[in-house]
This record gives sequence, structure tokens and C-alpha cells, in this order.
Amino acid sequence: MLVNQFLLLAAVLFCIGVYGVIARKNAVLVLMSIELILNAVNLNFIAFALRNGSTDGHTFALYVIAIAAAEVGVGLGLVLLVYRNRKTISLDDLSEMKG
Amino acid sequence: MIAASEALNQLSSGWFLDHAYLIPIVPAVCFFIIILFGKRLPMKGSEVGVLSMVASLVLAGGTAMQWIDRVNSASEGQFISPVVHTWNWWQIGGMKFTIGQSIDGLAVIVLVVVAFISTLVQIYSLEYLRGDRRYTHFFAALTLFSAGMLAMVIAEDTILLLLGWEIMGLCSFMLIGHWWEDGANSRAALKAFFTVRTGDMGLLVGISMLYFASNDWTTENLGVSGFSIRGISAWALSGEPNSTVILVVSIALFIAAIGKSGQFPLHTWLPDAMAGPTPVSSLLHSSTMVVAGVFLVSRLYPVFFTGFDILGTGGNFITIIGGITIVIAAALAFVQNDIKKVLAYSTVSQLGYMMLGLGAGAWLPAVFHIFTHAFFKACLFLGAGSISHSASHHSFDMKKDMGGLRKVMPITFTTWIISTLALCGVFPFSGFFSKDEIIDNVGNNGYNTFMIIGLIGAFMTAAYMTRATYLTFFGTARGASAGEHHDEHDAHDAHDSHDSHAAASPHESGLLITVPLMILAVLALSSGFLNATPFGEKWELIKKWVEPSSAVVMETAPGGPGHSAALSLPKAEEGHHESPCGSETPEEGVCYAPQLQHAKFKWSKAAISLGIVFFGMLSSWFVCVALYTKKDKRLVGLTQRNGALRAGYKLLDNKYYLDTLYENVIVKAIAGPIAAGAYWFNNNILDGILHLVARVSRTVSGWVYRNIDQRVVDGTVNNSGRATRGVGGILQPVQSGKVSQYGALLFSAAAVAALVLVIINS
Repeated sequence: MLVNQFLLLAAVLFCIGVYGVIARKNAVLVLMSIELILNAVNLNFIAFALRNGSTDGHTFALYVIAIAAAEVGVGLGLVLLVYRNRKTISLDDLSEMKG
Repeated sequence: MIAASEALNQLSSGWFLDHAYLIPIVPAVCFFIIILFGKRLPMKGSEVGVLSMVASLVLAGGTAMQWIDRVNSASEGQFISPVVHTWNWWQIGGMKFTIGQSIDGLAVIVLVVVAFISTLVQIYSLEYLRGDRRYTHFFAALTLFSAGMLAMVIAEDTILLLLGWEIMGLCSFMLIGHWWEDGANSRAALKAFFTVRTGDMGLLVGISMLYFASNDWTTENLGVSGFSIRGISAWALSGEPNSTVILVVSIALFIAAIGKSGQFPLHTWLPDAMAGPTPVSSLLHSSTMVVAGVFLVSRLYPVFFTGFDILGTGGNFITIIGGITIVIAAALAFVQNDIKKVLAYSTVSQLGYMMLGLGAGAWLPAVFHIFTHAFFKACLFLGAGSISHSASHHSFDMKKDMGGLRKVMPITFTTWIISTLALCGVFPFSGFFSKDEIIDNVGNNGYNTFMIIGLIGAFMTAAYMTRATYLTFFGTARGASAGEHHDEHDAHDAHDSHDSHAAASPHESGLLITVPLMILAVLALSSGFLNATPFGEKWELIKKWVEPSSAVVMETAPGGPGHSAALSLPKAEEGHHESPCGSETPEEGVCYAPQLQHAKFKWSKAAISLGIVFFGMLSSWFVCVALYTKKDKRLVGLTQRNGALRAGYKLLDNKYYLDTLYENVIVKAIAGPIAAGAYWFNNNILDGILHLVARVSRTVSGWVYRNIDQRVVDGTVNNSGRATRGVGGILQPVQSGKVSQYGALLFSAAAVAALVLVIINS
């Protein structure tokens, strides 16, 4: 069934995103990976909406897109400020929270 | 009404017509090739751009040929249905959205123009931008622009139209700001983007309103959604729409056209957009992208026709805006010293003519003016680029750096003169056949005031173009074109990498520049004969090929999109069109285009406008000779001495203070009082409440602290604190401060949780 392929694609995207969040040092790339994860989720929503013939999933996906846009705005703002103060956006250098 | 299906011919079609959707797809794919692999290719991606445009041009040419065959295969008065192909794009619940192509005469003529000018401009850019630091990106953006425009032109539905429209807006932004290192360029790019966006709001509102207003009717009667342009057109002429709704829709859509096509009062971005490289000015900001607004109006013409009751009144929103634009932009062109800005204001003014024509029911002349204007205006811009490239050392200042160039640049000079004459509307150059038709038809449809405005505009056009021509090519050489070398040239030091000919004297440009100029000049001279009304019906080819037939079409829902069995009402009598479309509601069947009248060409009327043009040229010529060469004392400094003239000059010099209004009044009002008000509200009201709450809670908490916290809670806390410290000591290594480790922990925990969930549930 067609939905399976959507779900498979979503799973692949999700895994790439998770890999990016864990393995990347560059804060911007991590933000991009988070976008991938969110869009994988969106794809799932839409795939299931297609199967159930309802618009709920689409609505949810639209919300996720809006929130994701806000999230990127805040995230990039943080990265910009970190860069101004530290001249780096490598996440490894940001370990003040070390216990 | 005769349902004479047997009597009608089968319309011919062909491979190119059926596959016209490839025209925008080819450059769209090539855009990705350029952006991804361009830098590694031998010519830095430019070859892919040029080839994709040549391919589009071939496809568009084939489409045009087959469309002409299709028109010829139709019998007299038959409705020539567009070639429609649609695909499901996405679906939500029960709703389906389709995108697709709809090829008709209007689409074909604009496709050919866009593909043709794009090809020439890309060839020209090979030389003009040689050695530029963002050469690859430039070609990528040009190619993407063409893809967007071509997609908009073939659009069957308003969704694809919107998509193409926005792609063009984006590319315009990227290309104006191509040399963004210079602050002025990136400001111009932002200004263009935001101004056009202001208008785009109207497009979004208009499309949504059209969908909700027309969807029920189109689904029931034609089996298409309320996004389909065919459906919308039929709905607008069906007598069904509420007159208030369709008026609001027309206004909203026209606001979008105002923004994109640089109409008053949103024209201010277009002259600033000249900060981009000259090929961009030539392609986007004169011949193709800026006519998108005109195209929008002509594409959804039935909506405007009904909304503004175009044949029923002597003036409406479109004609008023168009009329104002013609005159104010032409007046601004007189005070510019930058040759490209003269041409920019001239473009704004010519777009005003097209809008005026559409608003007054002169649909075909307006569309024909898109066609002819594209050739001569592209030629003028490329000519200006040729001058700055080879003679005036990257300066566009006519007063400082040009003059007397006719001897050193004979080819540029000849092509410039031909295009100028075409722009002024001198017989037999192409502008005469289109502009004169607009003015003539505007008067014929009862818009007499606007016909006079059109004639005034023709006078002003002739005068400012003569001034620009005189300053550039006649008189004595000045500044850089006299061989002087400036160390600083305004705004164009960004591409100084190819200034190897810095000290070289003015010379003619290379073949890659002059050949496109010559091709465009030939077309500026000859393209008017495609619809030469003075010579009778036989010469009116564009009318035959492009004008949609306003026959009543019997078409009902089961046929659905692409259903082309056109059963039409033959025209009642030869030469006297009696189709009810537009004027009254058809009792059966639908109309796709309103019935429009055409003015009968008379040499006496043409003689008046030609006389006005020659008078404009001669008077401007004598003033220019007296002012710039002989330095006549009566004229030099006249704008300083005479009070009224000084005020007028100041008004023009400040561009009617529109920029001041936008930037200082509107933006500052939002940034100033509203922001200050919000700050005050924050400081006094919100903070006041906060302070009050804080004081109360401090009193309460003081009591709680002394009586409850110290005695009851602390005892418990101290004990649990000791316990926590013990555990924390054990877990401390986990708190590495490394975000990626936290992420890994988070995701593995989520994975474990998911696994547990699966096991429990199964």
C-alpha cells in the first residue's frame, strides 16, 4: 500500500535527523536535523490522514510547520548570540552545563 | 443557439501543444543542475543556463506553430478550446487540488516572448558578467526566474499561477541584490521584495476569495474546482457572482498587479531595482517579470470585466491607476541622469499603457503591447548595458560620463535609435501598432479622458527619450566616454575584476553583446507587422491567433477538464459580432471571454498621435541642444530661478515624496508611536500590575517563610537534600555538558520507551 512507502520515507528521514542531532558538532546543522525530524513526523501525520480520509492530520501538520518556523527563529537567534559571544558555533565548546 | 457539432471541425493538436508543460520544467531542472554542479562545469554553469533557455525556446516555438495550426483548423466562429492537461497535486479529505497546463493564444504569445528574451539575455550575460564572482549563481537565478515565469504563463489554475508569481519575486530579489556587498544594492533588493509583497497580499486574498465564491458553481457546471482559471472565467461571465464579491476580488487582484507591474503608487521599487546587473534589468524589470501583473489582469480578464463593469462606465480603478502611472512616471523620466532610471520610468509608464488598455476593454492591443514592448525595451536596456560595458566605464550617468557616442558605437547607436522610435510609437516601428491601438480603442470604448491622457503620455515619451538619446549619443563626449578615468565609479566597483580595459577608450562591444542587440532591433522594427491594423484584416494575425473567441460554449460537468468538444454559437453576421458574452448572461452554455469591440483604424486619428510624437521629439531636441550644448543662458538654471518650476523640479526630484511617505511616515509611524505605545503599556500597566503582585506576594511570603518554611519544610528538605547529594554524586558523569550526548540519551530513552509500548500493546 502507498501509505507504507510514506511511512518508510518518514522513518528514514527521522533516522537521518536523529543521526544529525547526535553526530553533528555544528549548531546550525543540528537545527537542520531537528527540522528533518519534525518533517518526518509531518509526513507520518499526512500519510495516516490520507489513509483515514480525514483532514485532521493535515491540520496537525500545519501546526507543526508553524511551530517549527518559530522554533527555527528562536534557535537561529540563540546560535547568532552564541556566535557573537564566543566566535564559534561548535556545540562541543558549549559545555558550561557540565555537572 | 445551434448545437452544430457535426459542422464544426476537429481542432488539431500536436506533440508540442500536449507537452507544453515541459517548457518550464526544462529550466527548473537546469536550475538544480547549475546550482549543484555549475561550479565544476567548464563554463561555470552558464552553458547549462543558455542551453535550457534554447530548449525552452524551441519547445515554445513548436507550441506556437501548432497553436497556429489549431486556430487555422477551426471553422468560422468556433470556440478554440485551450489545450488542457491537469494532474492531481494533493488532496485533503474529499478536496482535490490539481495543477496543470492550459495553452491558449495568450499563453503562447507570452511563452514565446519570455523564452526568446531569456535566451538572448543569457547569451548577452556570458560576456557582460564575465569574471563575476557569483557568475554561477547569476545564471542559476536567471534560469529559475525563467522557469517561474513560464510556469505562471502556462498555468491552468490560480495555484500554479501563484507559485510562478512568487518564484519570480524571489529571483527578482536575488538578482537585484546580486552585488549585495554594496549596501545600496541590498537595500534596493529588500525594497523591491517588500513592496511587491505588499501587493502579493492582494493576490492571496483574491485567489482565496475566488475559490470560495466560485467553487460550487464551477464544480456543478464544469466539473473543475474554483482554482481553475477556465472555471473562474466562465463563472465571472455567468451572471452568477454577487457584484460586491467580484468587485472586492477584482480590487484585491489588481493590487497584486499594481505591486508587480510597478503601477502608481507602488512603482517606487522598480527604478531602484536598476541596482541589479543590466541583463537583469533588461529581462526582469522591463520586458518579462514586470508584465506579470498585466498578464494576471489579462488572464483573469472576465473577473475584472464583470467586477469593474468595464464597458459600462467611463472610468474605473484600473484605468485611473494606469492613467496616473503613464503621466507621473513619464514626468519622472525627465529629471533622471541615470540612463537606466530613464528606461525604468519609461517601463513604468508603458506598463501604465497596458493597464489602461486592459481597464478600458482594449484587451488585444494591451497584450500586443506586452509583445512589442518586450523587444524594444529589452533592446534599449541591453544597449545601455553595452554603453556602460564598453564606453562609459560602468557608469550609467548620462550627464557625467556619456555624450557623442554615436561615432564610436555605431551598432549600439543604430539599435538604440530603432528601439527609441519603436518606443515613441513612430510608424512603421512596432510601438506604433500597439500603443496607437491602445489609445484608439480606449477612446472608442468611451474612455475619452483617458485617451487624452494616453496622447499626453505619448508626447512625454517622445520628449524624454529624445533627451536621453541626445545626452548619450550626441553633443560632446564627457567624463569616462571622453577617455577620462575615474578611480571611483558609483555602485559598480563590485565587479571590478574584469576592469582590465580600465583605461581603454570607448569602443564598440563584442559580438556576444551586439548580436542580441541587432536581433532585438530587427524585431523592434518588424514585430508590429504581426498585427498591422492599418493594412486591413489580413494583417491582423495576432488578433486571429491570440484573441479568445467569445462564443457561447455548450459545456456541462461530465465533460470535465480537458473536455474539448466545443459546440459553439457561430457569429451572427459577418463583421458584426453579436455574442451575448459579457453584456448579458447566456441562457445555455458558458462564456470564457467577454465580447469586445475593436476600433476601426483611421489614418486621420493616427496622424494626430504621430504629429504629437514628432512635436514632442522636435521640441525636446531643440531644448536639449540649447540647454546641454549651447548652454543657452535663458535655459540653464531655469529650474533654480523660476519659483514654480523650482517647486515642480523639487517634487519630481524627490519622486513625489512617495519614498519619504513610505519610509519616514508609514514605517516610522509603525516603528515610532506604536512601538513607543507598546513600550509605555509594558512599563506602566504591565509592570505596575507586576509590582503590585510582587509586593503582595512578598508580604505573604514573609509570613510563610517565618512560620511554615523555617520550621516545617526545612527539616524535611535537609534530609532529602542529603539523599539527593548522594545520588547526584553517582550520576554526575552523565552531566557532561555535551549537547549531543544529551540528545543520544534522549533518543535512546525514547526508543526504549517505544519498544516497551510495542511489547505491551502486542
